[in-house]
Amino acid sequence: MAVVQTASPLDLARIRADFPILAKPVHGKRLVFLDSAASSQKPRQVIDTLVDVYETSYANVHRGVYHLGAVATERYEGARDIMARFVNAGDRREVIFVREATEALNLVAYAYGRAFVGRGDAIVATEMEHHSNLVPWQVLAQQTGATLHYLRLADDGSIDPDSLDRIATVENVKLVAATHVSNSLGTINDIPALARWTHERGAVLVVDGAQAAPHRPIDVQTLGCDFYAISGHKMCGPGAGILWGRAELLEQMPPFLTGGEMIRKVELERTSWNELPWKFEAGTPAIAESIALGAAAEYLEAIGMAAVEAHEHALTEYAYDVLSGIDGVVQYGPKPPNRAGILSFNVGDVHPHDVAQVLDSEGIAVRAGHHCTQPLMRRFGLTATTRASVYIYNGRDDIDALADGIEKVKRTFAG
Amino acid sequence: MDDFYRENILDHYKNPRNHGHIDHPSAVAEGVNPLCGDELAIELKVEDGIVTDVRYNGRGCAISQAAASMLSDAVKGRAVSELSQIGKDDVLDELGIPLTPIRLKCAMLSVGVLKVALNQLTGEPLPGEWASGADGIEWKSE
Repeated sequence: MAVVQTASPLDLARIRADFPILAKPVHGKRLVFLDSAASSQKPRQVIDTLVDVYETSYANVHRGVYHLGAVATERYEGARDIMARFVNAGDRREVIFVREATEALNLVAYAYGRAFVGRGDAIVATEMEHHSNLVPWQVLAQQTGATLHYLRLADDGSIDPDSLDRIATVENVKLVAATHVSNSLGTINDIPALARWTHERGAVLVVDGAQAAPHRPIDVQTLGCDFYAISGHKMCGPGAGILWGRAELLEQMPPFLTGGEMIRKVELERTSWNELPWKFEAGTPAIAESIALGAAAEYLEAIGMAAVEAHEHALTEYAYDVLSGIDGVVQYGPKPPNRAGILSFNVGDVHPHDVAQVLDSEGIAVRAGHHCTQPLMRRFGLTATTRASVYIYNGRDDIDALADGIEKVKRTFAG
Repeated sequence: MDDFYRENILDHYKNPRNHGHIDHPSAVAEGVNPLCGDELAIELKVEDGIVTDVRYNGRGCAISQAAASMLSDAVKGRAVSELSQIGKDDVLDELGIPLTPIRLKCAMLSVGVLKVALNQLTGEPLPGEWASGADGIEWKSE
């Protein structure tokens, strides 16, 4: 029996070989890519699918009488079936192709929000939201006269239970918005519990799944939420994502964008809408990108989402311990195990831009800034942090490289 | 890439010239880069048309702080009437490293703040590229 250094739930060497970009050195060094929370790299299988669509199967969907139109439609709708399976949707009509999570959340804010939230109603969001799941609700509140309330955070970056109790007194809550996983702190929210809390108030729960769906098995039926937004580009896919929504809600909602494809019958005075999901897919969709998103989901399914989660879980614990052992490094957010693969930290009083710049010189890609969560940063008295996020192609060698890089940061700015 | 933090940049960052405040300044201006939260204020003391003292304060990355320090050295003792000539290239030459567009904003924060401070003294409008909100930077002046 072969001796392995550490048991890994997945075959790291084989996965790395699937990602062409990982073989390209940066500044003469091995690329250590630790910014998948911003956007992930793409495996050969997804890149090949994009090329294959354009070389063999491309035409507009749902219209062409000719052969290629039928092939493109079949592949596009096939990708919808894959995505429905990927999130365990009860019905394929509940999967709407969008550009990414930002568009999905805006779709809900405009189509659901403008129809079902009004003056005197309340919207609840958490303080840890990415701007994409915060600004749409601010605008909705401003335009409808609804009030906006925030669930505050405890010092460990989780939702403060007292805050839930305080907001329990707010009446006419119509919509609750929460992220599944915090993009800045790695906090994992208890979505089933939030869904129960939301439904007790007769409201709907909108979940930003951008940082969760690429990294753990997602079952929207078990989660119990009403809308779930996913960005394909963070899960090995290209620029296409999905909104999953409950069919009975989507049926009641007016369209978001209007135009071609989303209609049934257009007269000069009035129009009737197409059925789900096409009611929400106005115009020509991102055909090849949506098909390649299906390929990305299949790629992840072949590895196994449980294995992906287990791998990142173990790597996050390792990374948290390694960073904790570096003098001068301060980490933010919950301690593992209750934490997704996002490490947010500062190195002494060195500005995160400078940390990221020195790390870049070692071929290490991390994010530096407020991570589109300015209210969260203010909550913790920060202007910015350095963020390292892990994915299927990262291993302990990447974390060790990060640790060495941080020592270089300290040497550069010492004294 | 390894020479990014050249000796003179680190020297200005670790041993900032003209850091602090002036009692009764002739002009004060501030800038904030909302992208990274960098804040910088420049205070000028002007006597008989000459900048007799300059101080800067705020917080930011090594590039923005070093650029401010270098700029303050360049400004001190100069006539206000000459300073409209100072621009991007002076700071970039002094830094002496290639900057990506993101890091260019760090370096240019101090130049923009200086322009706003000079505008208070001369009343001349800000050049187009430094006009309010240019490059995503928010200017404040008193």
